[in-house]
Amino acid sequence: MSYYLRRITFYVVTMWAAVSLNFLLPRLLPGDPAKIMIGKLRRANGGRPISQEMIDAITSILGSDEGSMWDQYVAYWGRLLQGDLGVSSTRYPAPVADLIAQALPWTIVLVGVATVISFILGIVVGAWVGWRRGTWLDHLVPITTVFQSIPYFWLALVLVAVFSVNLGLFPIIGGYDFFAFPAGPEWSWAFVGSAVTHAILPATTIVLSSVGGWLLGMRNMMVSTLSEDYVVTAEAKGLTPRRIRTKYAARNAAIPSLAGFGIALGFVVAGSIVMEQVFSYPGIGKLMIQSVQGLDYALMQGVFLVITVTVLAANLFMDVIYGFIDPRARHNG
Amino acid sequence: MADARSRFRTLLPRRSAKLVGGFAIVGAIVLFAILGPLIAQPPRDSDNASLQQPSAEHWLGTSKLGYDVFSQLAWGTQGSLMIGLVAGIIALVLAVVFGVLAGYFGGFADEALSLFTNIMLVIPGLPLVMVIAAYVQRSEGLGDFARSSVLVAIVLGITGWAGSAVVLRAQAKSLRSREYVAAARVAGEKAWRVIFVEILPNLVPLLAAQFIFGIIFAILGEAGLSYLGLGATGSITWGTMLNDAQTGQAVGTGAWWWFVPPGAMIAALGAGLSLINFAIDEVVNPKLRLAPENARKVRRAARAGVGVTETGVIA
Repeated sequence: MSYYLRRITFYVVTMWAAVSLNFLLPRLLPGDPAKIMIGKLRRANGGRPISQEMIDAITSILGSDEGSMWDQYVAYWGRLLQGDLGVSSTRYPAPVADLIAQALPWTIVLVGVATVISFILGIVVGAWVGWRRGTWLDHLVPITTVFQSIPYFWLALVLVAVFSVNLGLFPIIGGYDFFAFPAGPEWSWAFVGSAVTHAILPATTIVLSSVGGWLLGMRNMMVSTLSEDYVVTAEAKGLTPRRIRTKYAARNAAIPSLAGFGIALGFVVAGSIVMEQVFSYPGIGKLMIQSVQGLDYALMQGVFLVITVTVLAANLFMDVIYGFIDPRARHNG
Repeated sequence: MADARSRFRTLLPRRSAKLVGGFAIVGAIVLFAILGPLIAQPPRDSDNASLQQPSAEHWLGTSKLGYDVFSQLAWGTQGSLMIGLVAGIIALVLAVVFGVLAGYFGGFADEALSLFTNIMLVIPGLPLVMVIAAYVQRSEGLGDFARSSVLVAIVLGITGWAGSAVVLRAQAKSLRSREYVAAARVAGEKAWRVIFVEILPNLVPLLAAQFIFGIIFAILGEAGLSYLGLGATGSITWGTMLNDAQTGQAVGTGAWWWFVPPGAMIAALGAGLSLINFAIDEVVNPKLRLAPENARKVRRAARAGVGVTETGVIA
């Protein structure tokens, strides 16, 4: 059990570090974001002064001249634990927490589904290419690096140019058809269908850009694993090639891929954020970009925190699975 | 002397098709970055007709503002490479500090440095870069520096080292327990000397590989940042070209010559650098090179009727 305890402790510490980073960044970096933000809120309010309550919320997030750093830190945690992330200036007067709650499901479903597809595809194809080592397939391996090096958003631009603008097969922007559903998202088959059609190109972008990494990692591990003594033993015993491939080699070769999942996820999230801008996808990346461009610091801080927490949660989930499938991790910590 | 040289040679990647191909691509791009700006017209010369298709006069056409895309690409290559190089060096130095020191000293120092590294590793990089850039670029105290490409490179460097540090730590930890390092310590060599003379030279292939990753990471990051309008102002990079293309509706109007070249250059550079990394990988992990060769030999033998694996257990 100490493995799980260690991992959970690590994520609690990382959580604390991320929140503290969020607290420190606007205070330690040069500039006066709280003043800018309050000015923006006042303009958004039609030039009328905003309530003291709102000013307090902003200064607690972005820093004020009053009170010691420690008092501010305690107050910051207090607000955070109540789920109060302040008010957005670009979408005044919507609370930041509400905006994030609307956007988050779009990104989680899109990135989650695309990442799972990409991971499985990469592992299966990578295992096969590694198994057929020394054949013409080896020459295909370097090509995957081209896909890996393509910026997500540029691939998205090219896909839009080809499939949406030229061929007209897919919608160009948005997460669903705004004209068919002017009232916003609803639970109906027609809406889900519209959302799926809009998600195909973004998901394709993520899969194409990330599958190369999984494939390459799996292929290389497969090649290394196949020269292990236990594989030779299995061959000597006369086991069928299929059994050796799946039960002996692929299972062991996949372990580092699972262990490296967290790092790879960071890249996927980074790529998806910029990519959402291309598709105007109504997810968390679009919100982040909007907040950064509009100097909506409260929204930006909130989105950054939520992205970090989501990535940490995904990492913790993978660690639990990893501990389950690899006993060595559980026993050696 | 001959011994030292042959030891050094084993550290060098073998001359393979991957290595030659990688160097050819990267070399061509670097040459283009140096020579391109000399032969192209000024990148912000807007006297040309706007949105021209590629022609003999404008090899890659013109943008909406009448800029020559080829000339923009030449200057952009220079800008992006500079940022990649500076950020790559910063990230490498930080990775060595955090990774090698943690791996070498072990104990409490290892725990503390690794914890910090792992925290940096799981906090998503690009959102962090965006947040830092949004604060720093609006601060008046920094003047012109606040929106310079040097600052962008620094921010990318200090957020992109954690992955390399993890790799270097593992290797340093394993080298540390080797006998020759123990011998050096028993002989009374100081810690810094053991690190720089005994350990770092054996990390050269890994350092090179991590440096290459750092450059790719930084160039991709810069492209994303600039595309979102958070890049350096005043300088031209592949990212700013893509940002211009986005605001100029290049995709909607079908001006492919405007947005395809910068992305293609990023992909080509990334592929070239990765090919070099492959060649390095095959030095670090000889199985990657030997196993396919062995499989090939066995198959050839089987075809000649010498082998025992006719049903193709290995092939």
